Amino acid sequence: MAADNEHGPHSALRRKLLMGLASIPAMAMMPRSAFAAAPPTSAVNTTGLAVTDTEVTVGILHSATGTMAISETGSIQAEKLAIAQINEMGGVLGRKIKVIQEDGASDWPTFAEKAKKLLVNDHCAAVMGCWTSASRKAALPVFEQYNGLLYYPTFYEGLEQSKNVIYTGQEATQQILESLNWVTKEKGAKTFFFIGSDYIWPRTSNKIARKHIENVLKTKVVGEEYFPLGHTQFNSVINKIKLTKPDVIFTDVVGGSNVAFYKQLKAAGIDLSKQTLLTISVTEDEIDGIGGDNIAGAYSCMKYFQSLKNANNEKFVAAFHKMWGEKTVIGDVTQAAYLGPFLWKMACEKAGSFDVDKVVAASPDIEFKEAPEGYVKIHPNHHLWSKTRVAKALPSGQFEIVYESPALIEPNPFPKGYQ
Amino acid sequence: MFGDYSLGDLGAIFAMQGFAGLILFSVYVLMALGLAVIFGQMGVINMAHGEFMILGAYVTYLCSTFFQTHLPGLFGIYFFVAMILAFLASGALGMIVEWTLIRHLYKRPLDTLLATWGLSLILQQSYRTIFGAREVGVELPSWLIGSVQVTDTIEVPINGLFVMAITTLITVGVGLLMYRSRFGQQVRAVMQNRPMAGAVGIDTEKVDRYTFGLGCGIAGIAGSAFTMIGSTGPTSGQLYIVDTFLIVVFGGAASLLGTIASAFSISQTQSTLEFFLSGSTAKVLTLLAVVGILMVRPQGLFTLKVRR
Repeated sequence: MAADNEHGPHSALRRKLLMGLASIPAMAMMPRSAFAAAPPTSAVNTTGLAVTDTEVTVGILHSATGTMAISETGSIQAEKLAIAQINEMGGVLGRKIKVIQEDGASDWPTFAEKAKKLLVNDHCAAVMGCWTSASRKAALPVFEQYNGLLYYPTFYEGLEQSKNVIYTGQEATQQILESLNWVTKEKGAKTFFFIGSDYIWPRTSNKIARKHIENVLKTKVVGEEYFPLGHTQFNSVINKIKLTKPDVIFTDVVGGSNVAFYKQLKAAGIDLSKQTLLTISVTEDEIDGIGGDNIAGAYSCMKYFQSLKNANNEKFVAAFHKMWGEKTVIGDVTQAAYLGPFLWKMACEKAGSFDVDKVVAASPDIEFKEAPEGYVKIHPNHHLWSKTRVAKALPSGQFEIVYESPALIEPNPFPKGYQ
Repeated sequence: MFGDYSLGDLGAIFAMQGFAGLILFSVYVLMALGLAVIFGQMGVINMAHGEFMILGAYVTYLCSTFFQTHLPGLFGIYFFVAMILAFLASGALGMIVEWTLIRHLYKRPLDTLLATWGLSLILQQSYRTIFGAREVGVELPSWLIGSVQVTDTIEVPINGLFVMAITTLITVGVGLLMYRSRFGQQVRAVMQNRPMAGAVGIDTEKVDRYTFGLGCGIAGIAGSAFTMIGSTGPTSGQLYIVDTFLIVVFGGAASLLGTIASAFSISQTQSTLEFFLSGSTAKVLTLLAVVGILMVRPQGLFTLKVRR
């Protein structure tokens, strides 16, 4: 704690120095602005963002180290791919995107600190970042205080809407309700058993799922279990499942626990081709660690799967593999992270400015027709209209899509009757 | 919750639940054995224990890929080769660490905590650099997958039985080594009175190195076995470290028997409570019980009588 006290005056001084230094190259460039075809910097940047006549700075803030690196690596790769593609297309408002990448190190206060650095020192016009809800909640006050702009890629529990955040993943109702309807209709499911990791996302998601099951579908939840993050022993709960014989096991277990759960489920002789299992926490990324054989037959519910068949996705998968290697798998969040830079580009171009307030005001109703998932549109509540898909896990580690919602599903971060 | 079930069904569930408890017990013993040797016998707080386990897991992963591509005919038995290699790899790394780091800190036991914690961070990042941040999937030979049908309704997972067998084997091995061999005698002598052990001609430095190597090697075997039931990623070792310390401390640091007794009581409490209550509550109650007992008996369940 002593270090914090020491830190105060130094960092203020340093900030001033850095700001002074940063302005030197900008001043040097001013006279040359005449040759740029792009709109003049003074017009597109009235709030002191890091925009020059040729460049605009965007931050990437994910965990490249620590526990969450497993998940966030894919997001970093997708964002870098998107930015590289945008630069190839000529950049945003005639300016190439320059990336400053910071490491949140799987530590939530670090996310807040780095977010502040990206906004206050680097004057990033937008930040692609955060993954867990905890990291987003930690960084959110910083984005609101310094009026930054965050593109957040993960599917999450909802119950949030900030002026300074665009949520490119699904909120809980978009992901869950459609899949519960599907499993009820297709599999005739009457009883459900919930298993989740013990933190906000599974608890909120299961609450929504329970309300929907009990009030709308009029069926029954026969068990609801939570395990501490990192729990690795599931034999007892598997016995409980055997005892209650639910029609559907509904899971939102995350991280290392996820791997342990499916391995032990398989070892205990629960055959996923006979027992329906519906998960909202397994993408292609997770299957890498779980092993395709261990989870084959389970149904996952996401908005995007790598195996999705459409021209946009084929182009995206090919480009991703070219940049990051043939073996890299692409999960739901990776695709959502890929949307961020494009949505930002389109909003900037619609607004004719990089100023955060103008970009935010221009964001609603922006359509991205080249999205790998097909088509998305930003809702005035800053979430995306998107389809929900249910897919069956194959031993190869890929998914076979078995259901797609007929229409785009409206995001509803504050669902009435589900809280 | 038992209303609609026949007596037969209930009997089967309880039998399976008994096995679940025993499997958890074996996992705990296997996890804690290496640490019991290092912490119990040498007094070194090895925070990098989990990382030594994961080294074993990665060795198993490398073995499985090697056998798959080069010796597919022998894939069925690769697991045994992998466990031996895991022991050697973790043991060798352990001895190097002892030589470069730990031996300078024997007189400052609390500093070993910091040093080995730093080591654990270094190892995690090395794994991440070498094997990538994503978890790797370890393919198992087909005979390790699935369950044994004991009766119509009772099924026991094969890999659970396999872990039980390994644990028994290693525990007996370590017991014999510690209490029936010349090496074990030397280890115990050094632990009880270092200067005196040196005076009667025991090479205490060598004994220290081998003891540390042995503890780490056992961790490697544990890591190798856990690829069957858990995840293999750069930070997976962290999942085990808290439980491991809990078991060793609760059992009484210097006693092998204590470790076993403590693993048994904690695993049984945990698995029974998990069955009747929920997962998180079970963990809370187990930890509360352990804290309560340690307040009354700070030295743990079993203690060694040593003249101080």
